[in-house]
Amino acid sequence: MATTLAKDADATVSVEHAARIEHVSKSFSGPAGQQLVLDDITLDVAPGEFVTLLGASGCGKSTLLNLVAGLDAPTAGSISTHGRPALMFQEHALFPWLTAGKNIELALKLRGVAKAERRDRAEELLGLVRLKDAYGKRVHELSGGMRQRVALARALAQDSQLLLMDEPFAALDAITRDVLHDELTRIWKETGLSVLFVTHNVREAVRLAQRVVLLSSRPGRIAREWTVQIPQPRRIEDADVAELSIEITEELRGEIRRHGQH
Amino acid sequence: MASTETGRSGASAKDSPVKDTYELFGLEAGLDALEVAVTGRRPLAQRVGRTLREKTLPPVIAILVVLAIWQALISFKIVDDPSKLPSPSAVWGEVEDAWLEGKLLGYIWTSVSRGLFGFLLALLIGTPLGLVVARVKFVRAAIGPILSGLQSLPSVAWVPPAVIWLGLEPSMMYAVILLGAVPSIANGLVSGVDQVPPLFLRAGRTMGATGLRGTWHIVLPAALPGYVAGLKQGWAFSWRSLMAAEIIASSPELGVGLGQLLENGRTASSMSMVFLAIFLILFVGIAIDLLIFSPVERWVLRTRGLLVKS
Repeated sequence: MATTLAKDADATVSVEHAARIEHVSKSFSGPAGQQLVLDDITLDVAPGEFVTLLGASGCGKSTLLNLVAGLDAPTAGSISTHGRPALMFQEHALFPWLTAGKNIELALKLRGVAKAERRDRAEELLGLVRLKDAYGKRVHELSGGMRQRVALARALAQDSQLLLMDEPFAALDAITRDVLHDELTRIWKETGLSVLFVTHNVREAVRLAQRVVLLSSRPGRIAREWTVQIPQPRRIEDADVAELSIEITEELRGEIRRHGQH
Repeated sequence: MASTETGRSGASAKDSPVKDTYELFGLEAGLDALEVAVTGRRPLAQRVGRTLREKTLPPVIAILVVLAIWQALISFKIVDDPSKLPSPSAVWGEVEDAWLEGKLLGYIWTSVSRGLFGFLLALLIGTPLGLVVARVKFVRAAIGPILSGLQSLPSVAWVPPAVIWLGLEPSMMYAVILLGAVPSIANGLVSGVDQVPPLFLRAGRTMGATGLRGTWHIVLPAALPGYVAGLKQGWAFSWRSLMAAEIIASSPELGVGLGQLLENGRTASSMSMVFLAIFLILFVGIAIDLLIFSPVERWVLRTRGLLVKS
């Protein structure tokens, strides 16, 4: 039952994992009584590791991400992270009353960065997602891809060691998504962040991750794991990406088929 | 031709990350340029011209049509009783007289200063009240329904008790304004807070904006459009309540505002004075809305991209 949210002070203790999820279960009370959504999930994310969580609808992958983010508490088991993880959503979740730059500065402010440093730091982060000119732009003046890049910069502004991403590119068109995959890979390498990335898109999972974790549905359990050894930079249309994707898709289809049988 | 093709196959080779990055940046810049809507506002002269043509001209025409019908009713002797319907020129004569006697601005200022001061008081009370109702479950359950019920109570109903409690004093007027305007300001804020997308709250929480910090940085700014709509309605209620109070409770010590002017016109059986008072009440109500509330509302909506066309 114990939920540990280790504070920054603990970060000095040797870091073996960016997130440790131990025997986590989660159930919600629904019309049919208690419904088990996640069942005994154990998963570590190493520092600097890129892990994708893959699963069909209803596998509880977003629920798991919310638990890691501390937005909800597990029914059983424990989750520990170093500090508060940053979280990116499928919708950009940028605040429309602030400019792109001020959105990032708000994250810095809430983290306690001094006022004098915020502007420089925000411009630096916008530079990292290659949107230097967007500082004074309102959210509605940016395209979908640019909004997600600003959202990424805002998440990075939290200066967390762990970045959680909840299908952040699902609503984008294919070309933009492809470009953002490249950007994310580049930024992940530059910053040395740990990333836990949720998606239902197998190719996306293989394209990005060092490790792909497949969740089964209802309740969500870890079904299988793959270590992806294809060297970066990868392309979504690469033959070895396709090959592994086909293998994982077969497994995922099997998981889904099981539910039609009863 | 052949050499071009060789060059191309070389460029797409994936074992050159530098080239890849370069391609990525170019692609990205192209996407950004293509996808960003062309924004920016037209030059000032064009904007003023368009505003005059599209926003100012139609109401002016509407007013002229009403005046023409009014004059026709008089000219063709369809209504032939000045004590029922004064001519436009008689009402205009009333305006001129009041102006020449130096009283016109006095009437207006008496009411407008009361109305605005009462509105500011309502703002100071309604805002924290609305916030507490929106955020504290128990308070919402306890007084939320009463607060929205109060909106449908005509504020003129408060005039008799206010006179009995406070006498024929200016404080009576303010009490009536507050009882009229506070519920709509508070309700505006409550509905604004209710409509804050849960995603913003979650995003705020992951960034550490919880409790009061969350309220200040996320909830209040997100609720601003609903709040401003509430303020607009609050002003309309303030103004109506004040007029009700002025018409019913007139006393020499209270000075002559627009409501008293209307009541004076009635007691003097001067229909042109009654018309003058009604026009001024309407004029002030519209002017304050156009000069203060509409620009604020448009600014709030435009900065958020919620205004489809300016």
